[in-house]
Amino acid sequence: MKRLRAWTRRLAGLWPNERRERELAAEIESNLQMHIDDNLRAGMSPEEARRNALLKLGGIEATKESWRDRNSVPWVETLVQDLRFAVRQLRKNIGFTFTAIFMLGLGICASVAIFAFVDATLIKPLPYKDPNRLVGVYEYTRPCPMCNLSYFDYLDWKKMNRVFQSLDAYRGTDSTLRTSTGTVEAHSAQVSEGFFRTLGIKPAVGRDFYEGEGSPAATRTVLLSYACWKNRFGGKNVRGQTISLSDVTYTIIGVLPADFYFAPVRRAEFWTTLNEAGECEQRRSCHSLYGVARLRDGISVEAAKANAALVAQQLEKQYPGSNLGQGANVVSLSEAIVGNHRTLLLALLSGAGLLLLIACVNVAGLLLVRSESRKRELAVRSALGASRSRLIRQFVTDSVLLVTLGSGVGLLAGRWTMLLLRKLIPDDMLASMPYLAGLGLNARVLGFTAMIALAASVLFAITPALRVSDMREALTEGGRTSAGITWQRLGSRLVVLELAAAMVLLAGAGLFGRSFYRLLQVNIGMRPDHLATLRVAAPSTGYRKNEQQIALERELVRRISSLPGVESVGLCSQLPVSFNGNTDWIRFVGKPYHGEHNEVNERDVSAGYFAAIKAKQVSGRYFREEEDGSKPRVIIINNALARMYFPGEDPVGKRVGNGDLTPNSIREIVGVVDDIREGPLDEPMAPTEYLPFNQDPNENFAVVVRTAFDETATLPSLRAAIHQIDPDIVTVNEASMNAMIHDAPSTYLRRSSAWLAAGFAVAALLIGVVGLYGVVAYSVGQRTREIGVRMALGAQRSTVYALILRQAGGLVALGVALGLVCAVGAAVLIQKLLFGTPAWDAPTLSVTAVVLASAALLASYVPARRAASVNPIDALRAE
Amino acid sequence: MGEKADVWQGTLALMVLKTIEALGPLHGYGIARRIEQTSGNLLTLNYGTLYPALLKLEQEGSIVSEWGVSENNRKAKFYRLTRAGRKQLEKEARDWEQTTAIVARFLRPSEDPA
Repeated sequence: MKRLRAWTRRLAGLWPNERRERELAAEIESNLQMHIDDNLRAGMSPEEARRNALLKLGGIEATKESWRDRNSVPWVETLVQDLRFAVRQLRKNIGFTFTAIFMLGLGICASVAIFAFVDATLIKPLPYKDPNRLVGVYEYTRPCPMCNLSYFDYLDWKKMNRVFQSLDAYRGTDSTLRTSTGTVEAHSAQVSEGFFRTLGIKPAVGRDFYEGEGSPAATRTVLLSYACWKNRFGGKNVRGQTISLSDVTYTIIGVLPADFYFAPVRRAEFWTTLNEAGECEQRRSCHSLYGVARLRDGISVEAAKANAALVAQQLEKQYPGSNLGQGANVVSLSEAIVGNHRTLLLALLSGAGLLLLIACVNVAGLLLVRSESRKRELAVRSALGASRSRLIRQFVTDSVLLVTLGSGVGLLAGRWTMLLLRKLIPDDMLASMPYLAGLGLNARVLGFTAMIALAASVLFAITPALRVSDMREALTEGGRTSAGITWQRLGSRLVVLELAAAMVLLAGAGLFGRSFYRLLQVNIGMRPDHLATLRVAAPSTGYRKNEQQIALERELVRRISSLPGVESVGLCSQLPVSFNGNTDWIRFVGKPYHGEHNEVNERDVSAGYFAAIKAKQVSGRYFREEEDGSKPRVIIINNALARMYFPGEDPVGKRVGNGDLTPNSIREIVGVVDDIREGPLDEPMAPTEYLPFNQDPNENFAVVVRTAFDETATLPSLRAAIHQIDPDIVTVNEASMNAMIHDAPSTYLRRSSAWLAAGFAVAALLIGVVGLYGVVAYSVGQRTREIGVRMALGAQRSTVYALILRQAGGLVALGVALGLVCAVGAAVLIQKLLFGTPAWDAPTLSVTAVVLASAALLASYVPARRAASVNPIDALRAE
Repeated sequence: MGEKADVWQGTLALMVLKTIEALGPLHGYGIARRIEQTSGNLLTLNYGTLYPALLKLEQEGSIVSEWGVSENNRKAKFYRLTRAGRKQLEKEARDWEQTTAIVARFLRPSEDPA
């Protein structure tokens, strides 16, 4: 209490107070006078009396000083003094200050923004109990290393494994929800009863699924996601209410916690159990479920994988018809969810780090130049008695102030940038990354920034402080010193480092850019312009039967074809450039067969589909509208399938069936179509079979419409035409085909990483070139006299140019060469992220090297020109 | 002990408080003289050191100051003990006595009752 009081008064004393100063002087004076009076009375002479009193006091100024030290807090006072001085210095060199803060801010902004993504994706643990004990469980085939399980396989794995505390299954589905205003699309997830217990998640409201609630006889129940509860039900009490989901009635039993998400099923709103044993669940060869399991104590992921493989082997022996070639894969859940983003994120973080490094090196260089020009000031200060530590302290203050400003700017800009970057992610893709909701300036991001700031402060304090000792000699040396040489050497090294780092970033950006360019050049086997697309989900009531689905298809094509501007209409089960999957295992009549898996994409398409997307026919014919279940079963294959299974033959007329060649599975190949890219652009072409929609209809399909008008503008009239048929039909994912391709995850990731890398590279190029300019300009400034002498002795302008440019050229060549070596090394590390571009892609590397070198030489040309235009007389007179 | 001793750290505050308690409101010079006299001129006090000490006591609220007129008709700043100061003095005096008593026992082990 007493201490606190004393400290407050001392802190208050930090503000200068003239009255108190005057009072102190008066007090000392009066006490001194009393002392002198006494001394006189004791018989001393006036001079002696005064002298004695002053001696006893120990000096008026010293007394005042020690009083002042007690009156305020001396070290804070010095700090405030230093800070004020630092601020004055920064304000005096406003150009330097802005440049330094801008560069630091830029580097920190990039690092913080990217780190926030790394944090939200890779560092922040998944929001489940002991998330590192959770694993994803998959079936493994070579084309599909993380494939879904069939229902029977799931049940067997659950029974036979010895490594899982619990194993549960889930799948995401698109459902329709009947609301008071109509039928809408609703994402839902179906899970086995123990799913939430395996994750260690308890509903925020209500209860979890009971054991046995997933049996076909049980009452259908549903858990709501928190967002669904808030948005669709206004956060009111909903327990016991019933809803109609895809025409099945469910009773709401609870709401999941607000921070719960499960990325594999995206933003599923309705969580139900796996009651319906659908058609797929009755076949062991139909794979529809993913597994998630909690490991038993002491079991590693590898051990679990080995055990699961054993189970898979047993099943292969037991059910060769369906399970031959089906292995097992167990991956930690976090790896399964975010694993494929790791390399890209770390590559980008390294890029941001390099940019930050360049920025810091450049600022350090600037500080060094400035410390040269402050040599006199420092020399005078030290001559007036400032100790070495006192001078260093000033540098530390300067550096901390600068870094604080830079980090502040960087943090604000970084926060803004990370939110902007998230906004740029297509919504469909963002839905599969719910963990990005946690993006922001949390403790880890702030800690990361603090670490950068600390490192930068140390760097900036050390660089000039190292030179304090030679600076103190500056006064004795007079104005002209050799100190410039030290700086030139150190500065040159820094510039080589900067240029090398800039080279790495430029090359990286070049490789990313070229990968993206290559991706856009991929032949997709169709004309995506003027194509409008949407997905249709018809309610099961009224559209369950094949005839109803075919009737819907015909009515839909008829109505849309009559819309103005529409040229052709097609239907397909999956749009092109989406994914490889939904596969079929086939066997060829009359070809040897040893139970191998001939796995091909299966797509159901309408008669008009190929014409609508303008695919290229290779041989045979397309489907006919009247080809339905009553006609002979037919099939069209793509070129890749023809090449793979019918090398050197004409496949038209050949017959295809399932693994057992069941009679009703046999189809005749009637045509070959040139490869249409079904999967993402960066995946190799997969063999694909096309079946006539009318022979394998569905109530859920995609529509493609070729229009003479702007395709996006056509979308509303398409939707309207469909709703005229039946207002309960749900339409989703309305977009132009070009937008679909553009926003597909693989395209988006490559585009955004190319842009980000390009941004880093341009910034690095700018900063690096500015750094080089600084070094060359400084060295020209230092050599003005030398140049003057040379010219006075008859050196030509061209010789002077050569002199300066040779020096700069050496630095550039060294930096670029070093950078190229590092760039190839870095590119090998990110090879996985490149597409159709080798790590040592010569055109990219040479173009970027030329860009950097010419920019750098241009930056050196400016000071070289100044050097060449030196007037020898002025230069010599300046001495 | 023929030589004069310096005032060592920490005891000056106690001496100042005790002096003011004994003599009532007093100016800095008076306090300094009194301390020297009380020590039988064994202590030599650098008068300058008194000012920060007084300031510290004032900051802690043990004493307050006001301007007045000295016995020789000189304007001077007088220091007066506050209630908190009185308490502090009692406590510090007690602590000091205890400390010296303990040290004294160590120096005269023969008189130890045990």
